[in-house]
Amino acid sequence: MAKDQGVSIAKIVAADEDRILADWLEALKAGTNLRAGRITEMELQTQARDFLRHLREALASGGDTGSAAYEPIREMLGDISRSRALQGFTPTETATFVFSLKEALFTAMNRSGGKDAEAIARGTWEMTVLLDSLGLYTIEAFQKTREQVIARQQREIAELSTPVVKLWDGVLALPLIGTLDSERTQVVMENLLQSLIDNNAEIAIIDITGVPTVDTLVAQHLLKTVSAARLMGADCLISGIRPQIAQTMVHLGVELNVVSKASLADAFALALQRIGRAVVRTKNLPAGGTDRGRVG
Amino acid sequence: MERVPIIKMGPALVVSIQGDMHDRLAIALEEELTKTIVATGAKGVLIDISTLDAVDSFIGRMLDTISSVSRILDADTVVVGMRPSVAITLVELGLSLSGVKTALNVERGMAFLQRRLEEAGVDREDARADDDG
Amino acid sequence: MPTTTADILPVNTSDDIVRVRQEVRRLAVEAGLGLVDQTKIVTAASELARNLLDHAGSGVVQVAPISEIGKRGVRLVFEDKGPGIPDIEKALTDGYTTGKGLGLGLGGARRLSNEFRIDTKVGEGTRITIARWK
Repeated sequence: MAKDQGVSIAKIVAADEDRILADWLEALKAGTNLRAGRITEMELQTQARDFLRHLREALASGGDTGSAAYEPIREMLGDISRSRALQGFTPTETATFVFSLKEALFTAMNRSGGKDAEAIARGTWEMTVLLDSLGLYTIEAFQKTREQVIARQQREIAELSTPVVKLWDGVLALPLIGTLDSERTQVVMENLLQSLIDNNAEIAIIDITGVPTVDTLVAQHLLKTVSAARLMGADCLISGIRPQIAQTMVHLGVELNVVSKASLADAFALALQRIGRAVVRTKNLPAGGTDRGRVG
Repeated sequence: MERVPIIKMGPALVVSIQGDMHDRLAIALEEELTKTIVATGAKGVLIDISTLDAVDSFIGRMLDTISSVSRILDADTVVVGMRPSVAITLVELGLSLSGVKTALNVERGMAFLQRRLEEAGVDREDARADDDG
Repeated sequence: MPTTTADILPVNTSDDIVRVRQEVRRLAVEAGLGLVDQTKIVTAASELARNLLDHAGSGVVQVAPISEIGKRGVRLVFEDKGPGIPDIEKALTDGYTTGKGLGLGLGGARRLSNEFRIDTKVGEGTRITIARWK
């Protein structure tokens, strides 16, 4: 964009700012931005006014939309897009904030351009390029926000579906449910290791009763988790290996270098042993209760 | 030159590694610890790595070496406070640190050293009894 | 304002290794990598930097953020004018050492990275590129 052209658009914006703002706000109000009450008129006015001010200042510098002079505008558009994305606006509604400024600017340009059709055409073109660029930036920022929300939700789902349970002081249980893909297993792994620290637990029982298949990849992930836990000074037990899984593992040649028990109860008994705890019978048996056995 | 402080707590030496370690510091620590174990007759060494956000094979070797040297000098070593991200990375890196005893935190580390001390005391008594008998 | 051009760091002393670790950590954080990914690339960088020092004596590493679409991360290029590596496959095998401590370095760095490339010529030097992204 030639420097003098930018300056001339800047002059128009500077000279006619209030009028442009008024026209723009009218267009915005008529559009969908205010509908559904997701944003107040006051907010919209403030945003529009600030945007126009930043635009005037940026235009005066003569650079293009990627330059440092446009940093305040990009930041502002980024913020607006982010909040709109989180508030549930559509990408179009968000980009309309910028695009609806076009008409107001063209009108202002016509008002000031006088008779020079060529100058008006050039100015119109440059204004279009400028606003298109800013509008697209808005959409990209919007996209990015949505992607972050999705990523966060995915992580939350992964974490929610693998809660770590404290069975006793120093013993955690991790009941895995469903299929384990690479991504999920990593989240689970990190979660478990952090839980060891948070709960000051030296043993974690990974129960895979709810896992339909254990292939080489899943087994590898499990083993890495166990190795990491051991590096940190804790240990793991595996429980709930169904007969089919045991067979599959042998066929695949998977070697689990970790103690495995058929049931969570068995694993818990072993864990108690390891930490030097025992379950003993109290003096009075509950009415009708039977000897549940002792874990020594 | 900056050194890593070595604190004596009863029969144990406690080393708390702060932030990033350059190689010279690691080598100096090895030497200093060895000298101190001999000078104080310490029976245990606790190394706290909870502030380390990365452990590479050099640091890993240092921990290994300290463990081995201490053992020869009749002291047990325990490394505590390894962060999950570090543990996961070490597994991927392929560093097993098999000769290094680790514990989750300082409390457990000290408990381990205490147990080892008691066991060693019993061993010494047994040895004396054998000599007498 | 994050730099979009690569930074070139010298690798001549063991203090430089610390600087490389810190710079890689900074860029990894800026790129939005999770804690584990950060630690992996920082550790890989440390291994390769040390390898470079042990094997070639001195060199440089180019540190740059990856800005391809959909990929955010860090790319590192270690370059030296050292003796080169005669047998790459052997060098990548763990525990291998020429006595100057190649050890786990190369194989480990490869396992820790999403991308690993090695260009080497005996008598001329070596260039190793690694990258980690989300």
